[in-house]
Amino acid sequence: MTHQDDDYTANRVTRTMETTTDTTLQSVGVVQTQFVELFTAEHRLPLDCGATLGPVQVAYETYGTLNPEANNAVLLCHALSGTAHAAGRHDPNDPKTTGWWDLYVGPGKPFDTNRFFVICSNNLGGCDGTTGPSSIDPGTEQPYGLTFPMITIGDMARLQKALVDHLGIRRLLAVAGGSMGGMLALQWALDYPNQLEAAIVTASTPRLSAQNIAFNAVARQAIMADPHFNGGNYYGKESPRKGLALARMMAHITYLSEKGLHDKFGRRLQDRERLSFGFENDFAVESYLHYQGSSFVKKFDANTYLYITKAMDYFDPFPDARTTAERLASVTARILVMSFDTDWRFDTSRSKELVKILNWHAKRVTFEEFPSPHGHDAFLLYQPLYQQSLASFLDRLYRECVHITADAPVEMDEGVDHIV
Amino acid sequence: MSRLRIDQAVIAQLVDEKSRVLDLGCGDGLLLEYLFQHKQVRGFGVEISHEGVHACIARGLPVYHGDIDQGLSDHQDDSFDYVILSLTLQAVRRPEFVLGEMLRVGKRIIVSFPNFGHWRIRAYLALRGRAPRTRLLPNFWYDTPNAHLCTILDFQDLCNKMKIRILRQIPLAAEGGLPKGLIRGGVSKWLVPLSAANLLAPVAVFLLERGTP
Repeated sequence: MTHQDDDYTANRVTRTMETTTDTTLQSVGVVQTQFVELFTAEHRLPLDCGATLGPVQVAYETYGTLNPEANNAVLLCHALSGTAHAAGRHDPNDPKTTGWWDLYVGPGKPFDTNRFFVICSNNLGGCDGTTGPSSIDPGTEQPYGLTFPMITIGDMARLQKALVDHLGIRRLLAVAGGSMGGMLALQWALDYPNQLEAAIVTASTPRLSAQNIAFNAVARQAIMADPHFNGGNYYGKESPRKGLALARMMAHITYLSEKGLHDKFGRRLQDRERLSFGFENDFAVESYLHYQGSSFVKKFDANTYLYITKAMDYFDPFPDARTTAERLASVTARILVMSFDTDWRFDTSRSKELVKILNWHAKRVTFEEFPSPHGHDAFLLYQPLYQQSLASFLDRLYRECVHITADAPVEMDEGVDHIV
Repeated sequence: MSRLRIDQAVIAQLVDEKSRVLDLGCGDGLLLEYLFQHKQVRGFGVEISHEGVHACIARGLPVYHGDIDQGLSDHQDDSFDYVILSLTLQAVRRPEFVLGEMLRVGKRIIVSFPNFGHWRIRAYLALRGRAPRTRLLPNFWYDTPNAHLCTILDFQDLCNKMKIRILRQIPLAAEGGLPKGLIRGGVSKWLVPLSAANLLAPVAVFLLERGTP
């Protein structure tokens, strides 16, 4: 769901930034990913499945400065295929190394690094520096593969919590994310109610539907049916590239809207004047999907794809009325839920389902739906109404909790205050 | 400094401190912000426009971007002390349905609306022969969102039909901003005698609850 390694999106993002003429919007510049071991073979990370994991390393990046009160920290949660690299560039001359949420993170942007200390870490089970199935199991001195324990969204949040503790932050100003990142933000509000002021849940859902699970199941089957999969034990050998590419191609279709895809490619032919009457890539959209698949497999581990999609399938914090009431009893965070009208991966009704659960329990929730042609991917792209609301919400948090500024009082005219 | 409209000022006085409030069609959230500041209420607004939602977010108010004609199924019965509908009743598609939903989720509801029986509106139609346009109802008939205009008597009839108990009815002598001269004349200038309300009040505020009138 994030495509920092993706030419098409990189071009699109670059174009969008050029049309944004506000010169106060700047990049955080050149950044580096950092690494820290938060759990060891002795001090292990407990998991929801009952197992424990150690050692556990986390890859993370930070932007901006933590203030002396340590109350201006914001945690960003990436989606399925994202990384710790949310903003800035790893190589100043290569726009393809731009972070996945760079449009929204930087000086003068909604996650304003002049104000906030922004943290983003690679999720547990990932393949960008945080411990996952491609990491070495100290017991066997081989990569875990499918012996890696099954992980959940709750486990990912627990590891993020350990990182936040490590950075000396007792309470976050906000936890924010889109898609699976939104699930993580919600998980934070439920699991660590006293440790965040706000959760921002974008293009997300309180649970996967049967259709969502079905798409994930087919993606996993595509990987596991690849002749090179070898029970997940393919490290150092030929990897299940075709299966992973196929999984990505199919998932990618669900991230775009039908209209968006058609507007972009239509029935245009690829590098040809007429139909081939064969099984080559006749249409431009076919070529695009192949590109998506083949560029994805260069950066992503097939086993991570299996584990993370399974964690999403399992996510269901509100399975019944009693559990829901218990889980929400202690929740105090203000929660901002946002959706996009052409998103059919997690469409607006899924966000409204979450808002209904929260409203039913009288939580402090704000909901807004935005127009966008970009489907599920919209949360990563420029949309002025979305940008404004996100910026206003964060500005308000800053003025209420960090740099406290009193509001001008609303008044009524003299003489009318005793009418009733 | 921001000031409330006259009907909003009256509504604000009807709301008890520390109550839970739902403001339907809350616009830019000014009334809700007043209630948060001065009455320490909890609750949120519902607003259909992005401009309104954005203004509420900037004020730090919880707001739901949605259409009140879709109903209030997100909320349990009696989950609010007050449900407010200020100068919005005339613009909903299904006023009877919306009032029913308000009475379901709110213990009490407060409704303000432009009185279509006001003498100025009657005179406009009688003398000019065209659909009335006023400061409060400025649109032409073909582009107005105000599909359901009623008089104070019409509204009382609907309350009777729906078995709604009228706790307070407050017909107001002005419709919007507050001309200074009238204020100096004292509070009574703002109120219209009930007997003549349907002719003299451009706006009315009603406090209602379920029950037989």
